[in-house]
Amino acid sequence: MNQVLNPAEAGGQKTPKGGIGDRVFNGLAVGAGLLILTLLAGVAIFLLIEAWPAITAAPEDIPGGEGLVKYIAPLAFGTVLAATLAIIIAVPMAVAVALFISHLAPRRMADTLSYIVDLLAAIPSIVYGLWGIAVLGPSLVPFLGWLEDNLGFIPLFAGPASTTGRTMIVAAIVLAVMILPIISAVAREVFTQTPRGLQESALALGATRWEMIRMVVLPFGKSAIVAGSMLGLGRALGETMAVTIILSVSGGVTFNLISSSNPSTIAANIALDFPESSGIDINALIASGLVLFAITLVVNMIARAVIGRQAKDAS
Amino acid sequence: MTAERGIASSAAGSGRIPRWAPWAAILGTAVVLAAILTLIGFNIALLLVGTAVFSTVAIYLWARAVEGHRQGLDRAITMGISSLFALAMVPLISLLWTVASKGIDRIDVEFFTTSMRGVINDGGGILHAMTGTLIITSLATLASVPIGIMAAVYLHEYGKGKLKKILTFFVDVMTGIPSIVAGLFAFALFAIFFGPGIRMGVMGSVALSVLMIPIVVRSTEEMLRVVPDGLREASFALGVPKWRTVTKVVLPTAMAGIVTGVMLAVARIIGETAPLLITTGAFSSVNLNPFSGRMDNLPVFAYNQYRNPGVPPEPFIERAWAAALVLILIVMVLFLVARFISRRYGTELR
Repeated sequence: MNQVLNPAEAGGQKTPKGGIGDRVFNGLAVGAGLLILTLLAGVAIFLLIEAWPAITAAPEDIPGGEGLVKYIAPLAFGTVLAATLAIIIAVPMAVAVALFISHLAPRRMADTLSYIVDLLAAIPSIVYGLWGIAVLGPSLVPFLGWLEDNLGFIPLFAGPASTTGRTMIVAAIVLAVMILPIISAVAREVFTQTPRGLQESALALGATRWEMIRMVVLPFGKSAIVAGSMLGLGRALGETMAVTIILSVSGGVTFNLISSSNPSTIAANIALDFPESSGIDINALIASGLVLFAITLVVNMIARAVIGRQAKDAS
Repeated sequence: MTAERGIASSAAGSGRIPRWAPWAAILGTAVVLAAILTLIGFNIALLLVGTAVFSTVAIYLWARAVEGHRQGLDRAITMGISSLFALAMVPLISLLWTVASKGIDRIDVEFFTTSMRGVINDGGGILHAMTGTLIITSLATLASVPIGIMAAVYLHEYGKGKLKKILTFFVDVMTGIPSIVAGLFAFALFAIFFGPGIRMGVMGSVALSVLMIPIVVRSTEEMLRVVPDGLREASFALGVPKWRTVTKVVLPTAMAGIVTGVMLAVARIIGETAPLLITTGAFSSVNLNPFSGRMDNLPVFAYNQYRNPGVPPEPFIERAWAAALVLILIVMVLFLVARFISRRYGTELR
């Protein structure tokens, strides 16, 4: 990263005094910053206020009749399961995509390819959901049947295999497609910053391109891969519409990935139930949203800590 | 020690395999596989995956025989990574093809000039959803851009000490807020004042602003960083006050980049469905007042047409795909315009 002096620190008091104009402008800038902090605090506070009636309510008033924890736990399980599967699928692909763009593709193509990958990140999630249920799900049905027949002894593929493709594994694949561009964008950024000198020395010592990548590029980009994956995980945890549309939900906790009875996710559950809910049900949904907020917050903070350490190591 | 063995074996291997070898391997494997698959039942997915796997093995064996183990591994991995990249592109191509082919049926004049008012099954259009998306997104942009740019100016030009650190951290945190949580926030905010049944266009704008502000701050800060310090110092040396320097020198220099960032941020939020689903509600007529009543918009329209089709379902599903196609086209146009702006006006910064 190019080290640009922070003008605030470089200039300091030596900048000419602008009198009232300067003070107003400075005030506006600080105000915008404070407004953002207020907004974020507002998110936490207002969610808490609206979730409070559900937190204090009697267990039998909560949907399901067994209290808030029993209500949210299976949803949190589904959320984590879908996101974890998506990460397992997406990370190797994302690293391959990043390596391909940064080191294998012809230089002229690289620019266009990274543009296409960025575009992939901006396609609305509702479109991914429609594609998942109309194209990917049905086309994976034979594969799900094959999994049940041949790998059915593993609890993950116990079946009975869904005939519509509206299963956890399909939702996870769609999530993987959605977070792949995020992970690969972070990884690519760092792969291309690998010091040229190191790469050229490795090649000059007789390493093949793969040996150079394995011994120079991947170690250099390791924490970027971790950080990118955490960002992707955060996105997958909070992703709503694709899961809402694709997953056929029956509640409960199960690791069975190919059947048509699946645990829902927090976000999908909110999107499904919110429009038709009223009273305490809405408070319970907001409480589940608060839990989702907390989970993604933790994941993102870990990601930022990893990125921060990387930046320190690099400089 | 692997290196030693590698060098020995590559010395044993004589010469190199021809440049067209990878293509030959792919083509050869594909032809053989296609022949086998035709006998046992053709399957395009199996053909593609099989070709990727077996041509990787083939190129490895070939290169190993001629060039030695290390070169063979290098070629196999190159082929493997390229296949994974191609595999990652399959969903994009499939998605674009599906949306285009299914959506094109309903792209006609009626689709853009009528709303869903009084439509029972056939016909109808997205006029109400287009106006809704336009109003909601514009309001969100109007709120987010000044706040985002000023916060970035604070972070890069003025900020120091603790507040700067805290703000940087929390802008990062904000980037990670799930869109549905932003929607819940907007709902909670308005529900406290207007009761839980409230649905308004402006609630959607508030939710989208929460998602858009951090993107604008990040991209603007990135652009301010690119502005050479020499420009600022020259301006200060001429006795220009700091705020004039920022508004007349720094911001105009970074303007192309900032506008590009804003366009990309709009592209990112214009397709957000979840927060709008719980804040703006669905509505079948044109509503131009964001401060009163439900307001439909493209993503929610597409979702509802697909989720709650009437009888027969076909016209509803068709409208959903057509709306999805319109959404993708809007996102693509925003992307292309952003790229054009940064190419055309942003080059002098690099």
